[in-house]
Amino acid sequence: MRRQPHNRTNRVWLARVTWLMAVPLVLCFWNPAYALEPQSDDDQFYVWPVQGNVYILVGAGGNITLSVGKDGVLMVDTGVAEMSDRVLARVRELSRQLDPSGPTRPIRYIINTHLDEDHMGGNSAIVESDFFRPLGGGEQVIAHDNVVLRMIDAPERPAPSAVPTHTYLEGQHRVNRFFNGEGVQVIHMPAAHSDGDSIVYFRYSDVISTGDIIAVDRYPVIDLEQGGSIQGLLDGINSIIDLIFPEFRSQGGTMVVPGHGRISDLTEVAYYRDMVTMIRDRIRNAIEKGMTLEQVKEAGLTLDFDPLYGREPGTTDRFVESVYRSLIEG
Amino acid sequence: MDSFKRAQIIVGATFLVFTLVGLPASAQSDFAGEWLDLGHEDIEVDRRGGAVYGDYTGLPINEAARMRGETYDASVFSLPEWQCRPHGVDFMPFGASELRVWKEVDPVTQEFIAWRMHWLRSARDRLMYMDDRPHPPEHAPLAWEGFSTAHWEGNMLVVHTTHMKEDYLRRNGISRSSLATMTEFLFVHGDYLTWTVVIDDPPYLDEPLIRNMSYVRLPQQQLPAYPCPVVVEEVREKGFVPHFMPGEHPYLDEYGEKIGVPPELLRGGAQTLYPEYRERLKELWPEGFEY
Repeated sequence: MRRQPHNRTNRVWLARVTWLMAVPLVLCFWNPAYALEPQSDDDQFYVWPVQGNVYILVGAGGNITLSVGKDGVLMVDTGVAEMSDRVLARVRELSRQLDPSGPTRPIRYIINTHLDEDHMGGNSAIVESDFFRPLGGGEQVIAHDNVVLRMIDAPERPAPSAVPTHTYLEGQHRVNRFFNGEGVQVIHMPAAHSDGDSIVYFRYSDVISTGDIIAVDRYPVIDLEQGGSIQGLLDGINSIIDLIFPEFRSQGGTMVVPGHGRISDLTEVAYYRDMVTMIRDRIRNAIEKGMTLEQVKEAGLTLDFDPLYGREPGTTDRFVESVYRSLIEG
Repeated sequence: MDSFKRAQIIVGATFLVFTLVGLPASAQSDFAGEWLDLGHEDIEVDRRGGAVYGDYTGLPINEAARMRGETYDASVFSLPEWQCRPHGVDFMPFGASELRVWKEVDPVTQEFIAWRMHWLRSARDRLMYMDDRPHPPEHAPLAWEGFSTAHWEGNMLVVHTTHMKEDYLRRNGISRSSLATMTEFLFVHGDYLTWTVVIDDPPYLDEPLIRNMSYVRLPQQQLPAYPCPVVVEEVREKGFVPHFMPGEHPYLDEYGEKIGVPPELLRGGAQTLYPEYRERLKELWPEGFEY
């Protein structure tokens, strides 16, 4: 009988002890940083701001550049066909996010930087969608004339909706409206990646979309069959460098959206130019010494840059061969 | 003392211990202030006129990095694009630049967001974020200062950096790639700051590169502006990039001949960093033999 109150007291303070111990333990180990972030399938497919009105959409083949604003959306390239539904959904979502209470801002223009499937494969699906609503009297799908000529000459006839509706022959084309508060300039880069390359310069946002003239995560592709050349490619890269104003110490200022790889500025473009120039010079030196293509490939003339630009199997050989052939064929 | 009071003391002590362990990170050390780097022996190798051609001692580089060095022409710095390049974030602590550090706080909540750092030759200020924010995605732009997040381990600040622009590991063409990541350890002891940098760069390094620097507090220090105008240093054909052909660098062996050491000794590589390499040295450099 005497022990009962004591036992009850023990139980009471044990309960208190347990509770009091739990408080600091919870306080010490509860940390939002430990919370698992939801896994997303969008690690490789996402939109990221570049500068001003301009965004990059990554993960649909080649990079897609977007100008989004009060006039709607201008797309530079459309990615691969298989990703068109996701691209359209993401562009629609972005357009709405940037002005949730405003009117719908659909896609008004498409500009194709060149012919490749990973850059214009989505043309048809986007042009045929209800979110593509060109402005009256304006262009719709813009590209250099050589892009259309090569599409027409291709053995497989393209869908009519895939073909650019407005082409230009001279050195440049200016989009005929001041779009989202800025001029948009389409500049031809002759005989670079191909003979139909355009870069797109957003004059107020100060962003250049380069297509495959620059692809900072890989060696460039020089499509000799489509009119590309190593010298044209280097001329194109150096022309882009001439357009760039860095903010300070070769960084910032004019931003560049390459055909593949990350958003860049003067530094990345200059590194890329240096690499392409050095390899061009080495291969030209080897040709002058009488080396064959096979000997050049075996000489390891790109060994120092392969870990950066030759990570995908076959890309190094393809690049060396195209430079060699371009130099030989003049 | 009855058992309940004992329990209260135990719980109180436990709470105190856990509370102290869980103090806000900002209470660990204060880096804010003016710092002067002490240079050490690296200053002769990595600064002043820059490193000499062909000296890669102490660098665990691979063949690709070696080829970068062996085709490098320092004249590339005269190109307009490179005249004003700053040191990259991993080289900056070793770049003989005075440093200012201060706290970046949310002006509304006063919450501590980041350490902000400005070196004499910085491009933009460097920020070490303390608020657990994620690093940007792969396609976000690179920066000379990279993107850094940091946390405390005891009173040591541990910093993780990604998105670094390609830079030199040594100013003789030995490069660190833009695919590299960096871990730093900062430790204040009295008026001294110890700064350890660990660079992981699989494209160019066989093993991580570890370097240390010391700074001393210098409260009276004033950092001046450091502008950099681009000028025409040499009239050249458009698009010209200075470099040497592989195997044809005329100055590569000059340094070894000058100081009289075997060429292999200067070519770096992970194997040269271990004690076992002394056996190889005996083969390369027999006693009494002069190069």
